[in-house]
Amino acid sequence: MTKKWTIGIFVVILIGIFAIPFLVNAGRVDGDPDVSLDTPQINALEVKECIEPTDYMRESHMVLLDEWRNSVVRDGNYEYRSQSGQIYEMSLDETCLGCHSNQADFCDKCHEYSSVDLYCWQCHGTIDEENPNAVIENGDDVLFTEKA
Amino acid sequence: MKVVGPLIVVLALVGIAWCCTEYLHWYALFGLVIPYVAFALFIIGLIVRIVRWARSAVPFRIPTTCGQQKSFSWIKQAKLDNPSSKAGVFGRMVLEVLTFRSLFRNNKVEKRDSKLGYTSAKWLFIGALLFHWSMLIIILRHMRLVLDPVPQFFQILEQADGFLQIGLPLLYISDVLIVVGLGFLLARRFAIKKVRYISLSVDFFPLFLLLGIAISGIIMRYGFRVDVAGVKEVMLGLVTFHPVPADQLSTILFVHLFLVCTLMVYFPWSKLMHAPGVFFSPTRNLANNSRAVRHVNPWNYPVKVHTYAEYQEEYGEKMKSVGLPLDPEVVSTNG
Repeated sequence: MTKKWTIGIFVVILIGIFAIPFLVNAGRVDGDPDVSLDTPQINALEVKECIEPTDYMRESHMVLLDEWRNSVVRDGNYEYRSQSGQIYEMSLDETCLGCHSNQADFCDKCHEYSSVDLYCWQCHGTIDEENPNAVIENGDDVLFTEKA
Repeated sequence: MKVVGPLIVVLALVGIAWCCTEYLHWYALFGLVIPYVAFALFIIGLIVRIVRWARSAVPFRIPTTCGQQKSFSWIKQAKLDNPSSKAGVFGRMVLEVLTFRSLFRNNKVEKRDSKLGYTSAKWLFIGALLFHWSMLIIILRHMRLVLDPVPQFFQILEQADGFLQIGLPLLYISDVLIVVGLGFLLARRFAIKKVRYISLSVDFFPLFLLLGIAISGIIMRYGFRVDVAGVKEVMLGLVTFHPVPADQLSTILFVHLFLVCTLMVYFPWSKLMHAPGVFFSPTRNLANNSRAVRHVNPWNYPVKVHTYAEYQEEYGEKMKSVGLPLDPEVVSTNG
């Protein structure tokens, strides 16, 4: 009898562990990250397209940014030629955040949703991390500026 | 053949998943039906196997004893290697499950001069630790895909795993270690002649399958990249039973997922069941207290016996009449 109980409890715990994702999310309906493209700069665009195709940007934007960083920091090269042949400035603050000025509703949405921990915002960004309510003006390079 | 066969099977699984999603666009099958079926078969398989174990007979105390058993108070007992109490057994199990102590020693037989000697195979122990712990961390890291918001524990684990900050996306230490561990466990089966001789296709198949899963996962992170937020939407859809169409996701994801589903279906019926099986090993989970406690076989049924006294009582007259000697004790007790 005790043996049956022990094994019963073991099985229940085991199944319980595997059921955690189902139990925790029970009743949850919608939760996809609601990424916003509603910024003045994007709204002003005639053709709403990013520097590269959306699928590529969704999957590989971090690779692009890594290449930009290395190119700028190591080679001093600021020019990025996109697949369509257009030239962009390699700048997270100017180019990326120039359009996507709503960092909290664009970048952070997906990163928080997928629990991606990034260190871009330690230097860059439109939100002063130490003083989150003070929004830094678009285009202002917060890099190298003192965060008092 | 025992190597090539499993390798072909794993490559075929990769090919099937790739072709069926990339060219035939069977996203609902590979992103919805197969994961559900595989998970259900995994759980059912686990229960069936455990119930079968539970019903099998363990009539004797058969713990493997690896040290001095409990004796006089002035003889030091090896409490973990020869436990006599439940606490000792618990400690032994915890160390066995978390650190694979039994792999740490006496796994290698070698001839020293003219004598046989038993030594430890520390490399096997290290390889096993590398693989199993990496696998645990990787599974825990994957919880970020099915939990929203992601609990802090998993965030910290992930940050610790990627703290080297190599490349972008950040390199996970566990990704490297699991491939090293699996690679070692595989190489070991080729390099050591005796191990190669006793290795069967069922030894190679799980290794190839796990390597396939690890490598496809690594490729998904550093090679053909996937939209992680999109993957999470699909995974959350699965665990909330509100499936989201998975057709915008990259093919490599379906390869990874299909291999994982294969593992889930295969797991309960394979040697990989040592994971829950270790808890059911009578050589590990019993206390060695045979000299302190009397263990009666639990299914001993009352046997109908016919004692000599009863025999003599029944046939005593006849025995006496033909001159057979009678047992005086029995005679006297019976008057």
